[in-house]
Amino acid sequence: MAQPYMFEKPLGLRDTLPRAQREISRLELIFQRELQRWGYDFIKTPALEYAETVGRASAIADHRLFKFLDAESHPVVLRPDMTTPIARIVASSLRNEPLPLRLAYTANLYRSQRKEGGHPSEFEQTGAELIGDPTPYADVEVISLMMSLLEKSGLEAVRLAVGHVGFVNAFFYDMVKDKETVMHLRNQLYNKNDVGFHDFVDDLELPREDARKLHLFIDSRRMDNRDTIKFLESLVTQSATPVHSYYENIVALIDLLSVDHLETQIDLDLTLVPHLSYYTGFVFQGFGGNLGFPVASGGRYDDLLAKFNRPCPATGFGIRLDRLMSAMKMSEDGHVNKKHAVIYDHMHAGAAMQFAAKEREKGRTVVLQHADGIENPEVFARQFETVRYFPDRTETGE
Amino acid sequence: MNESILTIAMPKGRIFGDACRLLRNAGFRLPETFETTRKLILELDSEPFRFILAKPVDVPTYVEYGAADLGIAGKDVLLESGRDVYEMVDLGISKCHMAVAGKPNHRSRNPFLKIATKYPNIASNFYRRRGEQVDLIALNGSIELAPIIGLADAIVDIVSTGQTLKENGLVEFDRLLDISSRLIVNPVSYRLKKNLIDQIVEKMIKATEGTKIGMD
Repeated sequence: MAQPYMFEKPLGLRDTLPRAQREISRLELIFQRELQRWGYDFIKTPALEYAETVGRASAIADHRLFKFLDAESHPVVLRPDMTTPIARIVASSLRNEPLPLRLAYTANLYRSQRKEGGHPSEFEQTGAELIGDPTPYADVEVISLMMSLLEKSGLEAVRLAVGHVGFVNAFFYDMVKDKETVMHLRNQLYNKNDVGFHDFVDDLELPREDARKLHLFIDSRRMDNRDTIKFLESLVTQSATPVHSYYENIVALIDLLSVDHLETQIDLDLTLVPHLSYYTGFVFQGFGGNLGFPVASGGRYDDLLAKFNRPCPATGFGIRLDRLMSAMKMSEDGHVNKKHAVIYDHMHAGAAMQFAAKEREKGRTVVLQHADGIENPEVFARQFETVRYFPDRTETGE
Repeated sequence: MNESILTIAMPKGRIFGDACRLLRNAGFRLPETFETTRKLILELDSEPFRFILAKPVDVPTYVEYGAADLGIAGKDVLLESGRDVYEMVDLGISKCHMAVAGKPNHRSRNPFLKIATKYPNIASNFYRRRGEQVDLIALNGSIELAPIIGLADAIVDIVSTGQTLKENGLVEFDRLLDISSRLIVNPVSYRLKKNLIDQIVEKMIKATEGTKIGMD
């Protein structure tokens, strides 16, 4: 590229200006409080990890990693997700903690992006991981927790799509009996290419009944939850198979979520296959508000910890704060931005400082400013809810 | 995203007439002036739909970002752009195919074949899979000119009747893939307006079955 202009930043990176940062801080606080109430402990990890460990175990494609050499010429990456570093910690520093573990984080993640708006290379994510519990009750917990966070954020029309990668793999394998073909079918789902899926199934020359089941499988996206479950039941012919136990987990999950009154917001859709390849069971995405992209996603990843030599089931989710922000109506500053100004001269500095301190004690936001330091007194005063002058003048702001 | 109204991105130009016919077959009452108007946004009185008329290559972009909930786009455009949208129905209209074409008996003097195309991603994938390294030259239209005046050895482009190739003395060497128009849907719109979208999808599937039978 040409010599950058002074205002430019590296590709895909952006600043967060005060107005947006206030909103982000508000969300962080809400999330932190709620996650702690559910018993999740926050942790932090370094932004850099070794490419051979976390870089490889994270399911992010190589060309999307920020990769370079550290001072000892070791290849390192900027962390592309938080689930993998947390898996590393649980397999090492937290090895002796009793399971299940409940961990949470807020962190910036880095993924090299294409040159287009709306896809930043650095973004903030808040998430939770529930590690060591293989039961669908753990999946229900993380889904309910994610929904609770989204609701509390103020996002409108929160919806959730739930799928199950384990079921999809097992069912496809039953139909086609070949791992590579299963991968091909699953890729069509990941690419959201229904037309390609149907064409591919037609080319497989399967027994008629099996082909019909696969075609119907795609169409099951259009069924409501009860019909989807009936359809899944019809696919499960033998008991004591993987498909059967996954099916039972799905039924249990939907039952439990309806206890939580979440059922109407949830769309059971087995065609949902997200890109992170470490998922093994339930997968889900959260939507809402006014945005074309999902704001949150998660799932079960029972094989990831084994890559760090501690086999252990786990499930979790992440909420992208940048997307949540764009999906939400920006709150009209209102309650967030009520600032008060105290403007003083040299003679009255002491009184002004005492006054400001007292007001801050009361929980008010007070800007203390010497009159001589102001560029334009009239414009400056306009930013504040009230302005108090030392020595006293009669005017106040709006 | 307004919950009760759907925005549908329509491709202007070659596909537009076919797409309108299909929508009418599917039972949508489009106004008679629909095909002739120069407006870019059209609202229907009879249905909760708003149509936006976009350049065909831009339709997947509008849909991926959620500016439109649904769209009609050619498979060529979808493959080239690689957008994250649901490709839900093969509408079976505006059929054509992607091909490699050039002058008959042409011998390249270039170390790598020079290929002119509007579809650099599709062309690059095709040659990479064949294990052949080529130089791509991106053009925006009248691709057939390139081999005639010696800008390129061959072209990768869509062919519908083959008339343009013929009139310019070009022949088809390879057939890459068949192309038709697809109904595409934004993944989030699909979740938030599922009922409305499912209704359209089903109507379109029915209408498509009609055209398939009619055409075969």
